[in-house]
Amino acid sequence: MNAENGPIRILIVEDEEDDYVLIRDAFEAAGLAGHLDRVKDGRQMMDFLLHKPAPRLILLDLNMPSMDGRNALAEAKSHPRLRRIPVVVLTTSTSQEDVLRSYDMGVNSYIRKPLQFSRLVEQMEILKKYWFEVVQLPPPEEHPA
Amino acid sequence: MNRPVILLVEDDSASADLARYCLEEGKIETEVVVARDGAEALDYLLGDALPGPGSPLRPSVILLDLSMPGIDGFEVLRRLRTDERTKLLPVVVLSSSNRREDIARSYRLGANSYIRKSANFDRFSEAMRQAAAYWIFLNEALGEEP
Repeated sequence: MNAENGPIRILIVEDEEDDYVLIRDAFEAAGLAGHLDRVKDGRQMMDFLLHKPAPRLILLDLNMPSMDGRNALAEAKSHPRLRRIPVVVLTTSTSQEDVLRSYDMGVNSYIRKPLQFSRLVEQMEILKKYWFEVVQLPPPEEHPA
Repeated sequence: MNRPVILLVEDDSASADLARYCLEEGKIETEVVVARDGAEALDYLLGDALPGPGSPLRPSVILLDLSMPGIDGFEVLRRLRTDERTKLLPVVVLSSSNRREDIARSYRLGANSYIRKSANFDRFSEAMRQAAAYWIFLNEALGEEP
């Protein structure tokens, strides 16, 4: 379990309001409300990561305005401190190129967003159980840069 | 239809049998292939017969023990991550170690996640079921059909 350092914060990077509400509702249905922070594009994600306490997991959409998820990922993964935060891509993209590039940049997992809400709830339930009840996340940085 | 493959790298045969039982017993249809040590895992993954993307024999995920005689889990992970053919394969460390250093080092070497093996059967069994659901049902690996 990962309770040693207080509540686990999760950062959701999602520009579409409707998608965010679905994900948030799914997390609520899965008992994870109150653990979420949300930003709307890659630029905001980098601002958040550079200035706020590090989340233990990032859920990242790929297609967003301003800075998209691919560029934000490249930036975060080339940062000595931020590169350690696990990233799960959550996207509607069906492109194999996106799957390949995401893993190549070091994401921990790639999840295709389903179209039906009931499937999304089911997915978020599995995601929550896996990352927050089964897995040992990387230990938080003891001496943040 | 071929069932998705999980490659389990585990030198202890009792642990391997238990993990296989728990993984295959869940709702998720999967076939567990066991490699008995690091060398056998590398043979399977980097030998001439490596199943390429799209092959039904290519593992959807590798569950990797750390502490093994000969080539240990860290070394297996390091070699998989430096080989073009395997660097993008999902690898989950499955270890009884709860040391921060082992967890941090596994992620640094490119593990996709880290599961601590519980000595409690129910917890271990549940962890294996969740891991199978996550990596087979939820996660998209390279070369899998959408």
